Amino acid sequence: MVSTLVALVIALPLAGAAILLVGGRLTDRWGPYLATLLPIVSFVFAVILFAHDLGQPDAGRSHTTHLWTWIDAGRLHVGADLLYDQLSSLFLLLITGVGSLIHIYSLGYMAHDPRRRRFFAYLNLFVAAMLTLVLAANYLVLFLGWEGVGLASYLLIGFWQHKPSAAAAAKKAFVMNRVGDMGLSLAIALCFTTFGSTAFSVVNAGVGQASETRMTWLGLLLLLGACGKSAQVPLQAWLLDAMEGPTPVSALIHAATMVTAGVYLMVRSHAILDAAPGARTAVVVVAVVTLLWGAIIGCAKDDIKKVLAGSTMSQIGYMMLAAGLGPAGYAFAIFHLLTHGFFKANMFLGAGSVMHAMDDDIDMRRYGALRTAMPVTFLTFAMGYLAIIGFPGFSGFWSKDKIIDAAWHEHWWIGALALVGAGITAFYMTRLMLMTFFGQRRWAEGVHPHESPKVMTGPLVALAALSVLGGVLLIGGWIQDYLAPLVGEPPKESSGLPAWTISVLAVVVVAIGVAFAWVLVGRRPVPAAAPTNVAWPVTVARHDLYGDAINDTFVVEPGRRLTDAVVQIDKYGVDGLLTGGPVAVGAFAGVFRQLQNGYVRSYALSVLGGGLVVVLALMVVNWQ
Amino acid sequence: MSTVTPYLVLSAVLFTIGCTGVLIRRNAIVVFMCVELMLNAGNLALVAFSRLHGNLDGQVTAFFVMVVAAAEVVIGLAIIMTIFRTRRSASVDEASLLKW
Repeated sequence: MVSTLVALVIALPLAGAAILLVGGRLTDRWGPYLATLLPIVSFVFAVILFAHDLGQPDAGRSHTTHLWTWIDAGRLHVGADLLYDQLSSLFLLLITGVGSLIHIYSLGYMAHDPRRRRFFAYLNLFVAAMLTLVLAANYLVLFLGWEGVGLASYLLIGFWQHKPSAAAAAKKAFVMNRVGDMGLSLAIALCFTTFGSTAFSVVNAGVGQASETRMTWLGLLLLLGACGKSAQVPLQAWLLDAMEGPTPVSALIHAATMVTAGVYLMVRSHAILDAAPGARTAVVVVAVVTLLWGAIIGCAKDDIKKVLAGSTMSQIGYMMLAAGLGPAGYAFAIFHLLTHGFFKANMFLGAGSVMHAMDDDIDMRRYGALRTAMPVTFLTFAMGYLAIIGFPGFSGFWSKDKIIDAAWHEHWWIGALALVGAGITAFYMTRLMLMTFFGQRRWAEGVHPHESPKVMTGPLVALAALSVLGGVLLIGGWIQDYLAPLVGEPPKESSGLPAWTISVLAVVVVAIGVAFAWVLVGRRPVPAAAPTNVAWPVTVARHDLYGDAINDTFVVEPGRRLTDAVVQIDKYGVDGLLTGGPVAVGAFAGVFRQLQNGYVRSYALSVLGGGLVVVLALMVVNWQ
Repeated sequence: MSTVTPYLVLSAVLFTIGCTGVLIRRNAIVVFMCVELMLNAGNLALVAFSRLHGNLDGQVTAFFVMVVAAAEVVIGLAIIMTIFRTRRSASVDEASLLKW
């Protein structure tokens, strides 16, 4: 039963995408509804699977389904295998659950878009690919899903392709993801040579025998892959531009699910990370840099979606940090991933609702005082806000707190930096709240904000509830115990500060961040245009910490020069070699053809001369 | 000195005259006549050697040459006629367009 259901969970959205894309205009009318129904059915199956799994003992919770033999060549055997275990089960619920809500929301959000059938087809394609990614039983099937979500992300970022900025953003995301994918594909190749297989079970079992150097390389390559997909420094620049896509896409792909695939990869590869302390350190460094990087960007943006994008980067940094902490953090990485999926999807959809009301204006400087105009959006958004800043009792409080705690036990300065990140998070999220929902009306002329239709507010309410209640997963340490058979038991609290001091410290830091935002933004009117006479840190943050400039200087320009040089070499070197022979023959022919002068008598002389030569030659040869 | 020597000398003289004429004269008709002279010089040599060897091979070949020469006259004169009609001249140096 499990095998059939697991296969169906993927097959349904995939079929939806196929029907809508192949059916074309025939499905224009009912296609979006079908595409919304299928993930919901998938979600029901995922719930059934989960409930069934909960009834099993720990050992019986992992099911491998062999669909067919994918590659069978020489010593290379790869099966199209699906693995349903504790980790996949949580992801299944998140992807299909949040995915379904976002499909429903999109029915309202995209109601007036002439190409909405295509939009829903891509969304279904994304869900199917993402489910393949998390249900894969080996790295190659995972890679299939990995590339599938990359494709869906590309198609959806560039969905409004008539805007050059959207087309460019899609291309940027695609190209930067290729850099990360190169790392992942090299890691898969290394898996083959080291273990002779890419199945998770074989890899996990074989880690003990392999050398540490090899494991470190493998870990670093996997990290490169994760950096690309999860927008971690140094491959972070695409995520901010990805906000060109429709807002439900930002919520589903660039907040709740796809960008967290890197975290999933890290946790799935826990055996490799455990065996390679060097790679784990690299993960922690990348994570800490990213969580501060994203948070700082979030502070300076006026575009509501870009603030949330910076925030996503930063929160994924927290998850990566937890994943880099080893068995102490794996479960919390997944926990934060789930709660973040809830509250960030909630806030992105809320932002979409606001944009919908403001005639697609994204500049927060033209918002203000929206809490009365859009009470439902405001209240649901507020739940997400309280969750992300870590207000005590909300889901984000529990998950972030656990990560900071685990980081503190790894090394105090990692914990301290994570705390600083939490403070900055509180600052920029409060700034966003104040600029959007409070203060004076700064609406553009002719804009009349109104609450969104029920089809959009319904998912908002559901996600807000999850944002509030997500912390229940932690009751009695349930999530650690649930994942422990897979990723290992977290170590018992040893020395150092007791857990409650960290929580108190976190709350204090968050309060300081909120207070700062109140002092800087809430107390005084928001200027209609961004002030230009600002301190240098603000300028730097507005330019995304010069992420694009760094890429241009160190990668794009040298790359361009390299390709130019290669073109020159090809033109004058390779082509010269090939065309040089014919050119030389042509030059010789130019000299010799002068003999063909058109005068019959000169030809006659040549014939006579030739005849004489032949006769003389014969005479010489026959001389006696 | 064999009995055929005078014939061969005459043949050589005729051939040389024809050859020189082909090379130095411009009028197509004259060049043509010189070519005929060369052919007949060759025929004379063939017949003389036929006599010397006492068989008919050379004489038969001479007949073949005459036939070929007759065919050549037909075509050659036709070409000369055509060139003269278009150019109002029979000079071989003026028909020199077919070149590089």
